[in-house]
Amino acid sequence: MSDNGAIIHVREITKRFGDVEAVKGITFDVEKGELFGFLGPNGAGKTTTINILCTLLKPTSGTAVLNGFDVTAKPNDVRRSIGLVFQDPSLDDRLTAWENLQFHALVYGVPTEERLGRIENVLKMVELYERRNDAVKTFSGGMKRRLEIARGLLHYPKVLFLDEPTLGLDPQTRSHIWEYIHELKKREGTTVFLTTHYMDEAENCGRIAIIDHGKIVALDTPDNLKDKVGGDVITVKTDDDGAAKRLIEERYKLEAAVDPHGVSFKVKGGEEFIPSFVKDFERKILSISLRRPTLEDVFLSLTGRAIRDEESGAKDQMRVAAKAWTRRR
Amino acid sequence: MNDLVGVYTIWLRDLIRFWRDKSRIIGSIAQPTLFLFVLGTGLSSGFSKAFGGARQGASILGGKDYITFMYPGIIGMTILFTSIFSAVSIIWDREFGFLKEVLVAPISRWSVAIGKALGGSTIAMIQGSIMLVFAPFVGVKLTPLIIVELFPLMFLIAFAMTSTGIVVAARMKSMEGFQVIMNFILMPMFFLSGAMFPLRGLPEWLDLLVKINPLSYGVDIMRYVVIGVNTYPVGRDLAVISAFSVVMIVLAVVQFGKQE
Repeated sequence: MSDNGAIIHVREITKRFGDVEAVKGITFDVEKGELFGFLGPNGAGKTTTINILCTLLKPTSGTAVLNGFDVTAKPNDVRRSIGLVFQDPSLDDRLTAWENLQFHALVYGVPTEERLGRIENVLKMVELYERRNDAVKTFSGGMKRRLEIARGLLHYPKVLFLDEPTLGLDPQTRSHIWEYIHELKKREGTTVFLTTHYMDEAENCGRIAIIDHGKIVALDTPDNLKDKVGGDVITVKTDDDGAAKRLIEERYKLEAAVDPHGVSFKVKGGEEFIPSFVKDFERKILSISLRRPTLEDVFLSLTGRAIRDEESGAKDQMRVAAKAWTRRR
Repeated sequence: MNDLVGVYTIWLRDLIRFWRDKSRIIGSIAQPTLFLFVLGTGLSSGFSKAFGGARQGASILGGKDYITFMYPGIIGMTILFTSIFSAVSIIWDREFGFLKEVLVAPISRWSVAIGKALGGSTIAMIQGSIMLVFAPFVGVKLTPLIIVELFPLMFLIAFAMTSTGIVVAARMKSMEGFQVIMNFILMPMFFLSGAMFPLRGLPEWLDLLVKINPLSYGVDIMRYVVIGVNTYPVGRDLAVISAFSVVMIVLAVVQFGKQE
């Protein structure tokens, strides 16, 4: 194992559930202080991987080392090194905000003399100090999530796991939460391991791993990932899009597609390409546009699915339905 | 060390939640009270007529009025119900997510299970103690000695029952399972415990079922302590309920440790 200052080492992790191999041998490192994005469609193995890293699941094979501790051999040391904000709320809503944090401080062994000060600090940071003595059940979704982030930070974790931290929150609260994350990174140098469905949020990450069908299909900085997609997207509207498509494909050997907006094709260095393209093109051009590829394009080209596509397997749908059913009661 | 803090924290949380939920406290007193005063009074007067006089009817009940006889059983019922409900709150915690916070905390699973068992037992003991205020109304005279004996006894029975509840609830994934617990554990345990009827002269099949129900021994020794009437030797009562506690808490720890 190379020690290159990485705080999370994952080597050839697999996880089987009966006949299903949810994670098929993934390997990656997360550097200290990094904001690491972990993206993938539903059922790709994202949550399984996170659960392995935070010791809720044991891997079938492979090793994962976090902050120098093996996740299977030293689960309690790993747990003390990480803070977690789950996709689903995990607060005790009968207790007050203060009591929830007090509980957390106790089980994580925060020293008695520091406890009150730290609780006060994190509560002020997420602007819930005024509401500290209110039962959590009176909080809005955004307030609960903020309290969970505060709780996740209470024991000064080396790595903060944020599993869909802004899911279902309004845009204002989302940007608020992102301010906390950035501030935290700057002030404490905390490593952040993030999953999200929002591609604009993924842009904040230093590096992004994309997982699909239990395998990591790409791992790079957002810019490099976008370059790999094959350059900029140019869309031309002409008087005859069908003919234009054939012309582009013959002359430039590029793959083009016709849609109601015109003919789209990908080309590296789009800005330089457009002037010569316009000069040489024989058909009448009505409009032309250039778009930098987004992470959404990256995701689409790597997994063949948009990230928010709900075309998950029948089993997934049943699980969702079952969940909704039990919730209703 | 940290595990002991874990036990304490889980215990404390249960107590805070109990204290905060006043409607639950009142609700769990209302039911046994109804049993005691409505069913107890009704059956008391019914028995004395059926047996042609209170004296004769009372002889099966160890020389006591039915309502007096039933009283320790109702305390046992309060403890049973409170214990099982406390343990079953694990399912709620799983449903509402809090269990996850507990499971990823750097404390071992056994400390969570034991904290939960102690929390449920403490609450059940408190609920049982509240029932003691009814003693004067059912013809029971409580001495300080009785009360001193009752507290550890109630705690022991509650500990056994809460541990049983944890064994069942530890790996239960949905609220549906709750009905199962009600129908197949709670009610049979209550009915077969001798809380409501004397254990002498029962048909063989019923006698057998009563004897394999550990709660019967708990109710028996409670009745001995409170009104001086018992069916089995006190030593056997204590031995059975203690052994059952140990087995159940071990199973609870094992079951709880297995979950992912």
